[in-house]
Amino acid sequence: MTDAIRAEGLVKQFKGKRALDGVDLTARTGTVLGVLGPNGSGKTTTVRILATLLRPDAGHAEVGGFDVVREPHQVRRLIGLTGQYAAVDNELTGTQNLVMIARLLGMGRAESRARTTELLERFGLTDAADRPVKTYSGGMRRRLDLAASLVGRPSLLYLDEPTTGLDPHSRNGLWGVVRGLVDDGVTVLLTTQYLEEADQLADDLVVLDHGRVISRGTPEELKSRAGDQVLELRTADPGQLHLAGKIVEAVTGSPVEVAPGDLAVAVPVADAGVLPEVVRRLDDQGLAVGELSLRRPSLDEVFLALTGRAAEEHTENEEARA
Amino acid sequence: MSTATTEGAGARTRAQVPERITPLTTIGNGLQLARRSVLKIKANPAEVLGLVLQPFMFVVLFVFVFGEAMMGDWRAYRDFLMPGVIAQSVVFATLGTGFSLSEDVEKGVFDRFRSLPIARSAPLIGAILGDLVRYAITVVMVLLVGLLIGFRPEGGAVGVIGAGLLVLVFAFALCWMSAFVGMIARTPMSVQAFGMILMFPLTFASSAFVSPDDMPGWLRAVAANNPVTHLVDSMRALMLGGDAASPVAWTLVWAAVITAVFFPLAVWAYRRRT
Ligand SMILES: Nc1ncnc2c1ncn2[C@@H]1O[C@H](COP(=O)(O)OP(=O)(O)O)[C@@H](O)[C@H]1O
Ligand SMILES: [Mg+2]
Repeated sequence: MTDAIRAEGLVKQFKGKRALDGVDLTARTGTVLGVLGPNGSGKTTTVRILATLLRPDAGHAEVGGFDVVREPHQVRRLIGLTGQYAAVDNELTGTQNLVMIARLLGMGRAESRARTTELLERFGLTDAADRPVKTYSGGMRRRLDLAASLVGRPSLLYLDEPTTGLDPHSRNGLWGVVRGLVDDGVTVLLTTQYLEEADQLADDLVVLDHGRVISRGTPEELKSRAGDQVLELRTADPGQLHLAGKIVEAVTGSPVEVAPGDLAVAVPVADAGVLPEVVRRLDDQGLAVGELSLRRPSLDEVFLALTGRAAEEHTENEEARA
Repeated sequence: MSTATTEGAGARTRAQVPERITPLTTIGNGLQLARRSVLKIKANPAEVLGLVLQPFMFVVLFVFVFGEAMMGDWRAYRDFLMPGVIAQSVVFATLGTGFSLSEDVEKGVFDRFRSLPIARSAPLIGAILGDLVRYAITVVMVLLVGLLIGFRPEGGAVGVIGAGLLVLVFAFALCWMSAFVGMIARTPMSVQAFGMILMFPLTFASSAFVSPDDMPGWLRAVAANNPVTHLVDSMRALMLGGDAASPVAWTLVWAAVITAVFFPLAVWAYRRRT
């Protein structure tokens, strides 16, 4: 299998500040590469370089076998880009937005219409086709933006945080669309701040932090490195948390630190089987439990596990979900 | 055309998209994007209304508030004022070019365009062509307001059309300056602010509203050499009769100079920003 994207040693500075500091990544043709990282880690900069919008200061990248710096036009013939913010014209209707792109791509009038109708239908926008985009909801706007990037049937699609700010329903819908595209043979590069999203969609993952790749592998490999699940414990009396922490540490074998003022401890665990043991020992000590749960690790916790420190500019945490 | 032979991605190259950009595709892309600007004008009636309302206010207020005081007869001032207000409206309208370019950059619309296999200059060309339509609408609107209050230029249709074309040529030059400002400004709002600071003196310290002869010495010197004065004097001569040759020549020279300076600057800033 060939690689649709191959980037080596990408470096990009903005006014002396390193946004990218030697990023290597590859996306296999027909798969989804997830780029996971907190705000400011360099996701958008990476996408912009691979989309020929930005020249790297060092390193090089090939997309579909074409060099992004020397052969940008050839690269642009292959790619579709959906940026972090919807880049559609609010004053125009959904139809007008898509027809314009189709015409720019050299389609005739009738073909442009047909392609537009097809895409609007696929994205559930037929009813809103002739309304100005400014009347659309956030989710509809994102879908139209995605449709716009698909007008030319790209074989490679870049999605920069496609679901940030979407409600869970719209998010699920978008995931479905991405899966459908992959079934059609499209290679997808997707950036996200959500571990769950990466887990759901990506075949391979690259974790960025401060413009560096700090980890790579399949979502499974990554999670096993970070602990499959997180055990979270809250004692009824916060004063007893320290003692409870010692018990959790003894059972899981993971170091637990309790700072004054902490209300809960959270530890990565590889095996859910430790839960009953923790409960039993707490009981033995006569400690009243406020809350005890197992959940998927948040991005922060993955970062903590991978880097030994928390993601610095973290936004909302992934909500706990069983 | 064999398209599926692309090495690497096993990629299906977009069938319609030419292998390389020719001048013809550049023109085609530019026209498509000009169409976008025109659609946006049509879709935004409030803006069209603004294009009408502002000149309407200017004409009516200036003519009836200042007319008698200026010339003892509001009709005489109306005829003096009309070319000036047309010029002023169009000069202000050129601000829109920089504003909308800046907005497109900020919203990521230019990123979308640049990720497409189209001519790199097409979005800029499209914006400017589309804006010429907007300026033409502005000219017609102000003229209509004038006709409504009895403006009947002696130069007739030929004179009016000549004046209209001249102001469009001047606007075409000035919109490169606006585009330059739009591409270096951080936000659309700062384009607006900067533009206002520039446009008010440019239009008021000219012959648009008052003859420079009636201004204090230093201001007279400024106004006499203001390109807008040449423009307004030309339009007056064309619309109302008089010797147009010299001011028209000056206006064209100014348009050429402004274009020569700001076209390269705008293109440079555009390339840097996009
Ligand atoms: N145009 C720019 N000018 C200056 N700094 C920038 C620019 N674009 C990005 N940066 C900086 O580069 C770093 C990486 O940004 P970005 O790639 O946008 O991260 P992400 O998309 O992961 O949030 C950030 O520190 C950001 O402030
Ligand atoms: Mg980003």
